[in-house]
Amino acid sequence: MNYPVDYKYTRSHEWLRDDGDVAIVGISDYAQDALGDVVFVNLPAVGDTVIAGESFGDVESVKAVSDLISPVTGVVCQVNTALEDAPESLNEDPYGAWIIQVEDVTDCEDLMNAEDYQAFCEQEG
Amino acid sequence: MQLIFEKSVPGRGTEYLPACDVPEVSLPEGLGRKAPPKLPELSETDVSRHYTQLCQRVYGVNCGFYPLGSCTMKYNPRIDEEMAALPGFTGIHPLAPEAATQGCREVLSTAKKLLCEITGMADMTFQPAAGAHGEFTGVLLIKQYHDARGDRKRCKILVPDSAHGTNPATAAMCGYQIVNIPSGPDGCVDLEALKAALGEDTAGLMLTNPNTLGLFDRNILEITRLVHGAGGLCYYDGANLNAVMGLARPGDMGFDCVHLNLHKTFATPHGGGGPGGGAVGCKEFLKAYLPKSRLMDGGDGIQVRSFAGNFLVVVKALAYLLTLGKEGVPQAAENAVLNANYLLARLKERYTPAYEGLCMHEFVLDLSELKKETGVSALDLAKTLIDYGMHPPTMYFPLIVHEALMLEPTETESKQTLDQAAEVFLKLWDLAHEDPAYMHEAPHHAQIRRPDEVRAARNPILCQPE
Repeated sequence: MNYPVDYKYTRSHEWLRDDGDVAIVGISDYAQDALGDVVFVNLPAVGDTVIAGESFGDVESVKAVSDLISPVTGVVCQVNTALEDAPESLNEDPYGAWIIQVEDVTDCEDLMNAEDYQAFCEQEG
Repeated sequence: MQLIFEKSVPGRGTEYLPACDVPEVSLPEGLGRKAPPKLPELSETDVSRHYTQLCQRVYGVNCGFYPLGSCTMKYNPRIDEEMAALPGFTGIHPLAPEAATQGCREVLSTAKKLLCEITGMADMTFQPAAGAHGEFTGVLLIKQYHDARGDRKRCKILVPDSAHGTNPATAAMCGYQIVNIPSGPDGCVDLEALKAALGEDTAGLMLTNPNTLGLFDRNILEITRLVHGAGGLCYYDGANLNAVMGLARPGDMGFDCVHLNLHKTFATPHGGGGPGGGAVGCKEFLKAYLPKSRLMDGGDGIQVRSFAGNFLVVVKALAYLLTLGKEGVPQAAENAVLNANYLLARLKERYTPAYEGLCMHEFVLDLSELKKETGVSALDLAKTLIDYGMHPPTMYFPLIVHEALMLEPTETESKQTLDQAAEVFLKLWDLAHEDPAYMHEAPHHAQIRRPDEVRAARNPILCQPE
């Protein structure tokens, strides 16, 4: 399992990368492995407001549909619409396949660094 | 196997319709078809064989053990089918004069009386076509109640994280925001989390008891008291009524409205897409908001489905209740609980239950240790069970258990069947350690091996190609 150090993580297994003006959000390697093959991604639209701790979309795998929980409060400025046709990129490259980019960030969840997140995942089993 | 369209041969069709003996009427311009419908053309022999072949490829509760958790795949007594096949029931038209439908009305009112008694409700509608439709109707009662009082700030429905997916879906369909209530370490509603979530914006709580982990929530009276205290109502998802019918009543637990899966708990074959029956019952103070059939009940009222819903499902439910009687109904529930606990006790020799203690009518195994040790997943085990002539249990549900397998043996299985099933499960535990590769490839002897679920989900082909 891969836990890159330049990302921050939520307890619901999203990652956040601070890119200066925007916060980039995706799902972790642990999340894609637990979900299994992702077959559909339900994305928000550019301009939508996302709220820290609340759902901004969902991912559907052959096992289940799971909510995507936003680590930050802000406004969606970019959406990775390529995921609509290639949801498998979340499995193949979870840290490359970002889901949304958020600007005007006003609030942020308590996030874990890579080391703490790895310990958290290992404890979850 | 070929689709029926692929078996079609032009000109082979069989003509069943008699010659038209009334004047022909033309449809208004523009409403008629431009081309005839593309129906397969086959002889009666072809059609009969096609459906017999399909039937032979299906595994049903009449083929063998079917412990599909959360689905209550119990045996449906033949007598209930016979009653529903009586010509007085099948030949009736809902628009027939009232005097000609007295028998059917008697069925509906007797079934309502018995099911209200079982659930502790004051009134009931049989209109909803199945469970999710019943949930939708039930939550609309809650919405109507708040709206009628002008209490429009109540915008949230609380749903435990172990709930059936239809619960949050229903609340969303009714226009509510969903608040997820985490389960405590005992698998039941976390009371502190519930208290924290309750407030002036709480419209209600949706709960099934026993819950999807097969556990009876001991705090149920406290839970419903807390919700009522905040001004919300309590909705009982009747999906798991099989474990408590005749023993404990949702009305006495503090619930204000319920839905029942008549098809599931009361003897209609289910799992094949219908018809079902999602009866909705409620307490006296919600009665005014129940859907009404203009024809059956007179007067005005909102209908959620035509007439009295799937009437023959109600006939089967009534026949089931009358054959079991007041003693038999709770006995069925007790046997469902006994069978589940017996199977759980046998499987505990090797497998790890997701939660300790006694279960109700179903239980959940956590196979994450097995997966860690051997690489064999819940999916692999489920697929291998097919080779042993058994329907696999429910997999990966509820979502709060990793590598979940959920077993519900039901009351209609004998000790011998449960013992045989337990032997297979224990044998597969050993096999997982000896030959995991074999289990990754299973089933080996089924007509269909492992369908490519991912491709089917990503690129579904839903139409017969031209």
